Amino acid sequence: MNKAKVYPWYFAIGAVIFYTVFSVIPGLVGIGYSFTDWSAYSKELHFVGLANFKEVFMGKGDYLRYITNTLLFTFVTTVMKTGLGLLFAVALSRGIKFMNFHRGILYMPSVLPILVTGLTFTSILNPKLGFLNSFLRSIGLGGLAQKWLVDPKIAFGSVMAVDIWRGTGYIMTMLIVGILAIPRDYYEAVAVDGANGWQRFWYITLPMLRQTLAVTIVLNVIYGLKVFDIIYALTNGGPGHRTEVLYTAVFKMMSKGLYAAGTTISSVLFIFMLIIGYFLVKILTKDEVVE
Amino acid sequence: MVSTKKNKTLQIILKNLLAWCASLMVIVPLVLIVLNAFKSDGEALTMTMALPKTWNFSNFQTVIEKGKLLRSFLNSLLYAGVATVVTVTLGSMAAYVFSRRRTRKFGALYMYVVLGMVIPVNYVTLTKVMQLTHLNNSALGIILLYTALQTPFTVFLIYGFVSKVPVDLDEAAYLDGCTPGKLYFRIVFPMLKPAVITAGVLCFLNTWNEFIMPLYFLNSSEKWPMTLAIYNFFGQYEMSWNLICADVILTCLPVIILYVTCQRYIIGGQVEGAVKG
Repeated sequence: MNKAKVYPWYFAIGAVIFYTVFSVIPGLVGIGYSFTDWSAYSKELHFVGLANFKEVFMGKGDYLRYITNTLLFTFVTTVMKTGLGLLFAVALSRGIKFMNFHRGILYMPSVLPILVTGLTFTSILNPKLGFLNSFLRSIGLGGLAQKWLVDPKIAFGSVMAVDIWRGTGYIMTMLIVGILAIPRDYYEAVAVDGANGWQRFWYITLPMLRQTLAVTIVLNVIYGLKVFDIIYALTNGGPGHRTEVLYTAVFKMMSKGLYAAGTTISSVLFIFMLIIGYFLVKILTKDEVVE
Repeated sequence: MVSTKKNKTLQIILKNLLAWCASLMVIVPLVLIVLNAFKSDGEALTMTMALPKTWNFSNFQTVIEKGKLLRSFLNSLLYAGVATVVTVTLGSMAAYVFSRRRTRKFGALYMYVVLGMVIPVNYVTLTKVMQLTHLNNSALGIILLYTALQTPFTVFLIYGFVSKVPVDLDEAAYLDGCTPGKLYFRIVFPMLKPAVITAGVLCFLNTWNEFIMPLYFLNSSEKWPMTLAIYNFFGQYEMSWNLICADVILTCLPVIILYVTCQRYIIGGQVEGAVKG
């Protein structure tokens, strides 16, 4: 059988073209433009070398803070979602009443529009009228009431907490499926040896979940680095850029016509993500054999 | 012996307690939205868990009229629907060829596409591309963007499934004089149904929920999808939380219906994506 005839190359062309035109080309062209002074105000483009990158990493602007904010957001949300997800997964995988109900509910936030989740929490976290503070006051913990999204000291923490609320159920669900796939004999075998709960978790559950954990962590890192919706809805980067991340900053630069700065930041992210992508593709395709 | 039994009971109680605490954390905000969607303006101002004094179903009518939601709803349906059909069709065809022809070249091409699950969009230069192709502020443009955005995961998801369809079938059909197109759409595609449905549901969900693309590329309000409409409504009626809540429900309803009916596919697809079987 002639493979080239039965599986013609042009079957793949549609997907490859759209992906190339709208994803890859803007990314690559963007790297080129980050060596220019491209803006909405000048008609001509000039080559400026590494000036934009210098400005991002060593300049007086807040660029570096947007990068560190993004990294902090990514790190904290990934660690918390994974930790809590693992805790819930171990707890909810066996021996719970109304198990399907709990799982169905906990997964729900990850299918809702992220923007809508953000908008909803602007109400819940409102300092005066919000549900959270009213609730704290009603149970006598009014002292804990905060200006969640307004106080510069805690705004970023609040934003990350909302995202953890939103994303934990997803990891939990992936891990529960992973746990349920572990053969029971494994546990029975070590039970004979007198292993306690902690040892069972450490020597069987955790190693068996390695692949799932690896992928969900990488996916969370990707999500965190690209985060936009939740922050745009909750604080739009404020107060005073305290919650500004790369994509909210790029959006603002775009509307100010600062194209070179916007594309430089996007390119830094692009190159960084290519490195992560290399690892992800390796994990995902590790059992593929290419002829 | 007695102590381990006690221990076990305690463990079960703790587990159930944890489960309820976690579920409550998720349920409370959802119930809050539903209750307040039926309240009057003044009542919803404080967004409490109290039941509405009277159930104002008219809030939904008001928000649909004021927010021009019918239009946005149809827009969202159009964008998500068409993008899903196009992505799944083209994506599955690509996945099929990549999986069947495992040469070095096609392997590299497959990796190139899958890398799209990671690489970030450069919105600055994408704007340039949209202007050059005259796709800015158009329904076609947004649909093609979504197609491009969803293609990598779709290809990845279906690719894993193609190898489970026996190659013998292709051979038999080929010997019978089947054209490649007929072979794919009449014989292989129907057998990919579980993967195609999964990919389709996830694609629809992601596209319905997406917000950045229309924010950048759809300027005229009559082209806005639900996510952009609710964002602008939120800006205009910041104090009318009853209406905003009603809008939230209308925006989320299709997603929730899809989640409840296709839970199996959504979770199955995510798992398949995370850990290839």
